Amino acid sequence: MFSSARYVRQSLTPLFKQSVVPTKRFYHPKVIDHYQNPRNVGSLDKTLVNVGTGLVGAPACGDVMRLQIQVDDSTGIIQDVKFKTFGCGSAIASSSYVTELVRGKTIDEAIKIKNAEIAKELSLPPVKLHCSMLAEDAVKAAIKDYKSKQMAA
Amino acid sequence: MQSIKAFTSITSRGVLFQTQRRFIQTSTVVKAATATAATATADDLPLDIPSTSAAAAATNEAFKTNPLNGTRPIYLDMQATTPTDPRVLDKMLQFYTGLYGNPHSNTHSYGWETDKEIEKARKNIADLIGADPKEIIFTSGATESNNMAIKGVPRFYSKTKKHIITVKTEHKCILDSARHMQDEGFEVTYLKVGEDGLIDLNELEAAIRPDTALVSVMAVNNEIGVIQPVAEIGKICKRHKVFFHSDCAQAVGKIPINVNEMNIDLLSISSHKIYGPKGVGAIYVRRRPRVRLDPIITGGGQERGLRSGTLAPSLISGFGEAARIINEDMEYDQQHIKRLSKKLTDGLLALEHTQLNGSATARYPGCVNVSFAYVEGESLLMALKDIALSSGSACTSASLEPSYVLHALGADDALAHSSIRFGVGRFTTEEEIDYVIKAITERVEFLRELSPLWEMVKEGIDLNTIEWSGH
Repeated sequence: MFSSARYVRQSLTPLFKQSVVPTKRFYHPKVIDHYQNPRNVGSLDKTLVNVGTGLVGAPACGDVMRLQIQVDDSTGIIQDVKFKTFGCGSAIASSSYVTELVRGKTIDEAIKIKNAEIAKELSLPPVKLHCSMLAEDAVKAAIKDYKSKQMAA
Repeated sequence: MQSIKAFTSITSRGVLFQTQRRFIQTSTVVKAATATAATATADDLPLDIPSTSAAAAATNEAFKTNPLNGTRPIYLDMQATTPTDPRVLDKMLQFYTGLYGNPHSNTHSYGWETDKEIEKARKNIADLIGADPKEIIFTSGATESNNMAIKGVPRFYSKTKKHIITVKTEHKCILDSARHMQDEGFEVTYLKVGEDGLIDLNELEAAIRPDTALVSVMAVNNEIGVIQPVAEIGKICKRHKVFFHSDCAQAVGKIPINVNEMNIDLLSISSHKIYGPKGVGAIYVRRRPRVRLDPIITGGGQERGLRSGTLAPSLISGFGEAARIINEDMEYDQQHIKRLSKKLTDGLLALEHTQLNGSATARYPGCVNVSFAYVEGESLLMALKDIALSSGSACTSASLEPSYVLHALGADDALAHSSIRFGVGRFTTEEEIDYVIKAITERVEFLRELSPLWEMVKEGIDLNTIEWSGH
């Protein structure tokens, strides 16, 4: 995904001197964008019946994502979405991007979001694919939580 | 030749590093931090800009506003390698011009003059560790030296000895060599370390068997900087008549090492950790009582037959010069490093929920490993593009496993994922340390705002009570 041409250009241009790091550390511009400018960071009131919270991952694995959705009960449309993520740049970017994806979708549409879609958008390397899977799981967990709250209510 | 000499001689420590010194203003951290904060614009992304002309213009703009103004990141990865001292380079250059003789050619003056320089270097290195020059064998680096010791000694004594003792927190080249020896039928004991990263001497003594060929314990750990009680280990090994090897790549020139006082039989040294050139190192092999080992590289019988192959005079001479300088300047350097390290450690630990990894007292101050709880190490490194650091966690490698060293300390995996290693060295400046403390403080705050764990902790939730799904 990181073409060698780009690497050479960066390492030779003084402009990019501060980025002379191994290719491993190179992130796709979209990942950097989401990391530096994360969308929809924050929390929703988890006591509300129409708010679903998904908490996935584990601190010991180095990734924890929390995704919250606020759903319009009548239409099933996700009105608001917030996330917080503990993890590497790719994990933060995956969760930030997935908030953009689910906003405005109905929960039936949102549950169909696949990790491949996220991985493709962010050009995640194979070693970071689990970040996109975690984001997919976070959406599913949030929807599941919303549904169980609705059943109970 | 003359002109080269003239040119390099002005690149004394002061002049060269003056030009490399980066321009730091108070506002830089604020600006760099906003690059990571929500208000970032495309201008703040100098890293990966598509190569269109409009984007090039944008990056030029970014270049102007870049707080570090095109200079490279602050270098705080001194355990990985150190910058070559300009005085070392001065010494090395003559071997690329006039002094090209093969040091092993003993039939003409070309060989003699190079050989003379090699022997000077050997003496400088021997002096640094209190050894005899004849006991210094040049290698390609500490990895080769460690391989020679761990494989060479047990192989030579394999008729009677079948056991090796080492430590779980050793460098990978020791652990991997030990694993190789296991494949060859040797038994290896990997000693545990305590929370402080130090071994238990009683456990070591109990592990020694009649068929133990070698004990290998490093002096200064490369990840957490703790200093093992080498002198005590030496005593125990001497008492039990077992050879003692110590990987001193991170220790030589930084803490006082004396092979006789510490009863070390084999000792590995690396040149590029002491401001010398990369690609060269040495192993000290005791002559009295003689330590014998099977060479890994055989051939012309150079270096007492232990390491054949033509020596690299420029590298070795640079290595020797680096050893001479670090020996002379050790006190000055160490005071400087200690002062900056104290400032850095105090500054970082002033942040809440941070901890220093490894013993707080038995440590080399130039290596500071700190865990920033609830912030993932790799994402913090990503926010610290203007500082060259290494994560204690090997998260960037394909394994995604946290550091085995911190794991051996019994550290919580989550904390191991949150650790960063800071290396302070001879050329680190106080301004750099100030910048680093400020930058880390701000960016840790930013990432904690993004961290669900931080929010839970602030709400008073015990993270251990949560059933994590894992992945």
